[in-house]
Amino acid sequence: MRRDYTLYFFASIGSFLVVYIALPLMVILTKQMSDWGMLVKTLHDPYVIEALRNSLLTATATALIALLFGVPLGYVLARKDFPGKSLVQALVDVPIVIPHSVVGIMLLVTYSTYILDSYKGIIAAMLFVSAPFTINASRDGFLAVDEKIEAVARTLGASRLRVFFSVSLPIAFPSVASGAIMTWARAISEVGAILIVAYYPKTAQVLVMEYFNNYGLKASRPISVILIAISLTIFVLLRWLVGRTENASR
Amino acid sequence: MLRVEGISKDWKEFRLRGISFDVGEGEHFIILGPSGAGKTVLLEIIAGIIEPDAGKIVLSGEDITYFPPERRGLAYIPQNYALFPNMSVFDNIAFGLKLRGVPRSEIERKVRETAGILGIDHLLRRKPKTLSGGESQRVAIARALVIEPPLILLDEPFANLDVQTRAKLLGEMKRWKRELGFTALHVTHSFEEAVSLGDRVGVMLDGRLVQVGPVRDVFSRPASEEVARFLGFENIIEGTAEGRVLRSNGVEIELPAETMGRVRVGLRPEDIILSLEPIRSSARNEFKAIVESVEELGPLVRVHLRIGGLNLRAFITRSSMLEMGITKGKELYVGFKASALHVF
Repeated sequence: MRRDYTLYFFASIGSFLVVYIALPLMVILTKQMSDWGMLVKTLHDPYVIEALRNSLLTATATALIALLFGVPLGYVLARKDFPGKSLVQALVDVPIVIPHSVVGIMLLVTYSTYILDSYKGIIAAMLFVSAPFTINASRDGFLAVDEKIEAVARTLGASRLRVFFSVSLPIAFPSVASGAIMTWARAISEVGAILIVAYYPKTAQVLVMEYFNNYGLKASRPISVILIAISLTIFVLLRWLVGRTENASR
Repeated sequence: MLRVEGISKDWKEFRLRGISFDVGEGEHFIILGPSGAGKTVLLEIIAGIIEPDAGKIVLSGEDITYFPPERRGLAYIPQNYALFPNMSVFDNIAFGLKLRGVPRSEIERKVRETAGILGIDHLLRRKPKTLSGGESQRVAIARALVIEPPLILLDEPFANLDVQTRAKLLGEMKRWKRELGFTALHVTHSFEEAVSLGDRVGVMLDGRLVQVGPVRDVFSRPASEEVARFLGFENIIEGTAEGRVLRSNGVEIELPAETMGRVRVGLRPEDIILSLEPIRSSARNEFKAIVESVEELGPLVRVHLRIGGLNLRAFITRSSMLEMGITKGKELYVGFKASALHVF
């Protein structure tokens, strides 16, 4: 049999990106391993713990808020044609195009002291840049639900709302959930907008920057490693859980 | 029981025009039409999923035209069955009962009873994705019938099944109907389903319901040329009738009854007899013909014939074709009974 050289060739080109992403992760982790003491010390620093807690709580709150508002919006976008729909659709994608420092400025100009240096501000900044993931994933999830299934459920006696909760949402769940996970991940990785809107209460992302500016690369490394470890663990765990429910419903 | 009055609707590429018919209690009413005639749109209007532009739908004396689907109580079975993939077979069937607040033990009993009749009681724990086409169809029917709806709406229920499963389920459908006694409005393009299941049939062409009647009447006496063509009268002969004789392109054909003036008659290709020699038979019409071409259709062959200025198509089996040596340009004799002719 002839080998498919095209695929091998493409794989060797494509592996550049895989290595490019994996390498810094490996390097920072291995470097920190050789400085175990510093890592443990950082973990006992109440200032760091406080910042980590802030990051995790605000990112989780952001994901929940995005779900609350994004899932209904995604359903409407999937099911209804209305004038101005493409405008709404474009608007939803806008946060991806705007530099995040600009997002921070925009939010501050609009909501000013109401969000300045508060948890509300952190969540506001996170929500702005990360909500599109939940909205778009929900819309795609609902688009993949056969409308005939909803029609049958209605003829069997279910109201539209009932159909949504007993049929559409469960079927679209894996898609909605992965959207929420992406929102969470995007939220916890946000710095630019938070830096401008809410430098305090301090989040771990901002703390890394502060340590880097004040004490240099070596000082900022342990918190970075902790942040990587926590984010990745939660991300992988959630994705695995969603993948499991997806398989179970097949 | 169900009365549809003058339903019209423009929907995507479909145009329904003034559709009226009624379905009686316990009846199996078939809407027969080629794909693209708008049959599914009509079913979804009756189910309440699409709103009509004009017309009325009356169920048991009540005008339900603008009722939402959940208030109509009709059970709809779409062509792809649309089972709920997130639920087990049991929960699929129980869905309508749960919504009606039926007590748990009663749900359990009814689901098992219906599943038993439909022969799917061993599948109740399974997920829809693991079922075969025939099994899925049974589950969809069970889910519809368990709520004992006044009417079930079936959209091409046998179209996605292989030939053997279809034949088996067609037979069983009659049994389920006897045992459960439901009323059905059944949309299909298959003559086989219409003939074997239908009490009455409505022929739908291009968004219009062109003929409604008992199955035998519609098939034996199509009301118009287009119905005849759709139902398989491939030969439509146009000419001038004088008493029992029809003159068409210089050919004289004997008619089953006396008529006058310009008429069209239909003749099914399977009603034409081909022979190599002139034969003495009870067939009143016999002509010399030339084979224009031969079209192989598997076990059957469609022979295109020319009699003077007249073109006819006949079906014969493949083995007859070989035995008689029928090829292009061959001369032979064509016979058919006057009673096989249908005058429109």
